[in-house]
Amino acid sequence: MMEPVAASAVRAEAGTAVIRARFKLAFANFALDVDLNLAGRGVTALFGHSGSGKTTLLRCIAGLERVAGGELSVNGAVWQNANSFVPTHRRPLGYVFQEASLFSHLSVRQNLEYGMKRVPSALRREGLEASIEMLGIGPLLERATEALSGGERQRVAIARAIAVSPQLLLLDEPLASLDASRKQEILPYLQRLHDDLDIPILYVSHSPDEVARLADHVVLLERGRVVAQGDLRATLARLDLTAAFGDDMGAVIEGTIGEHDDSDHLTRIDFAGGSVYASRCTEALGSRMRLRVQARDVSLAVQKPERTSILNVFEARVVELADAAVPGQVFVKLDVGGTPLIARISGRSCDQLRIEPGASVWAQVKSVAVLR
Amino acid sequence: MGLTDADLGAIWLTLRLATLVTVLLLLIGTPIAWWLSRTRSWLKGPIGAVVALPLVLPPTVLGFYLLVAMGPQGFVGHVTQSLGFGLLPFSFWGLVVASVFYSMPFVVQPLQNAFEAIGERPLEAAATLRAGPWDRFFTVALPLAKPGFITASVLGFAHTVGEFGVVLMIGGNIPDKTRVVSVQIYDHVEALEYPQAHWLSGIMLIFSFLVLLSLYVFNPNRRKA
Repeated sequence: MMEPVAASAVRAEAGTAVIRARFKLAFANFALDVDLNLAGRGVTALFGHSGSGKTTLLRCIAGLERVAGGELSVNGAVWQNANSFVPTHRRPLGYVFQEASLFSHLSVRQNLEYGMKRVPSALRREGLEASIEMLGIGPLLERATEALSGGERQRVAIARAIAVSPQLLLLDEPLASLDASRKQEILPYLQRLHDDLDIPILYVSHSPDEVARLADHVVLLERGRVVAQGDLRATLARLDLTAAFGDDMGAVIEGTIGEHDDSDHLTRIDFAGGSVYASRCTEALGSRMRLRVQARDVSLAVQKPERTSILNVFEARVVELADAAVPGQVFVKLDVGGTPLIARISGRSCDQLRIEPGASVWAQVKSVAVLR
Repeated sequence: MGLTDADLGAIWLTLRLATLVTVLLLLIGTPIAWWLSRTRSWLKGPIGAVVALPLVLPPTVLGFYLLVAMGPQGFVGHVTQSLGFGLLPFSFWGLVVASVFYSMPFVVQPLQNAFEAIGERPLEAAATLRAGPWDRFFTVALPLAKPGFITASVLGFAHTVGEFGVVLMIGGNIPDKTRVVSVQIYDHVEALEYPQAHWLSGIMLIFSFLVLLSLYVFNPNRRKA
């Protein structure tokens, strides 16, 4: 089981769509054709393989790429339409590039101040101090940018983007250029952004793990087109999208901490369809938590398993079946009292146990990752 | 010291000329280099080639065309005369104009390389941080291109000090007006005044060496490499 990462109050589901984006462009070997309504709150992940057009879409939204005929409005303000194009520097956005892209001729503090100084003081909502604190970069301020580690650089870049008090924050795979331990260093800060900032965040990523951790909504892009879009949990549980997630297919469960059991070092998290035990985490009772259950960690039984070592066993109804990319393997979508769960089992077991839509089964969950 | 008043006059004139030309070239060359580093226009090739011409053209050829252009029948001559400046050939300002053309590639090319080395990313980052185009140029591009400006200034200055052919074609040999050090050395040798020629040549040699040495010492990029 994974270590618990951070506490969080999961924000309410976003209501009305306030970012409208329509872009169409064609290069020799790549075309982008999207028409999107994006949520005005929370984190929307633009997810897809490399070459799916997610970074291009983000650059179009930032105005770094100028697409004739594109249309974009944010919070009712028109950023681009047939007659107008607001240049990047007049758009109230924050942007974090894949590489930190700090100004090497300026100190860390000067980098942070560069954008903030250019925002009229009446429009400043996030102070410099707040962004410094949010990213934990106080001790780095007087350093030269060359003296920072990769993770520190990216944290400074994120703080620099927040310090301009953006109305929309765009993150282009901010973790992609970092190794695994640096990623773990930054993820908690990104989760804090999610919790603390009351602005929409668009997060480009090709990592299912990052998406499951951070996003509230997912836009799945493939070869420049939107193939799926919607609420994170519903989208991750769609069996027609298995190709996009591959081996990382899995469901996300959200619940609240119901009990800490110190003697067995376990925490009980209650969700809509039941309760699940994970390793003891540090968050307070009642905290909202997000869990991830990989399809490969879920097995099925037709009778209630007795005397099993597996703690988390749920009664479930089979909703849907789909072949996995791996021959001989089948994904089974389950309904656990309203919460979707996905299992990956062998085709042979599927046949022998007569698992088909509508069937009643018991799902045994071998491992639960506490995302936050 | 074996320097005559005429020698000192030539040195002073040369320093004045090179300083003025370097300043003018930084002012003219920066926008040209910036444009060359950023444009996708088909004109990039032709303009880049014109700027680089003095690298391969014999100075006499360049000097000849400039002489004709700035002469009484030339286009530039017409303009300067109608503006009341008179004719440029055989004047200090004629030398300045000719030197600007002659030393142009030594300023434009290091600047262009420096601007190209910056890449788009820092400028895009600045744009997302509310900096407009001029703001980005002055607060990001110029500071990041600083090593290029050092190289360009040193090379532009040194190359102007070292010019000879163009000066002879345009300026001739008028003491304190157009007789620069390289011409003065030529005159000494013509007159078989070898000791004087030695003095001036030695000074030029040491100057050139120090200039090139300074490029390595003061240029942070080269020091790293």
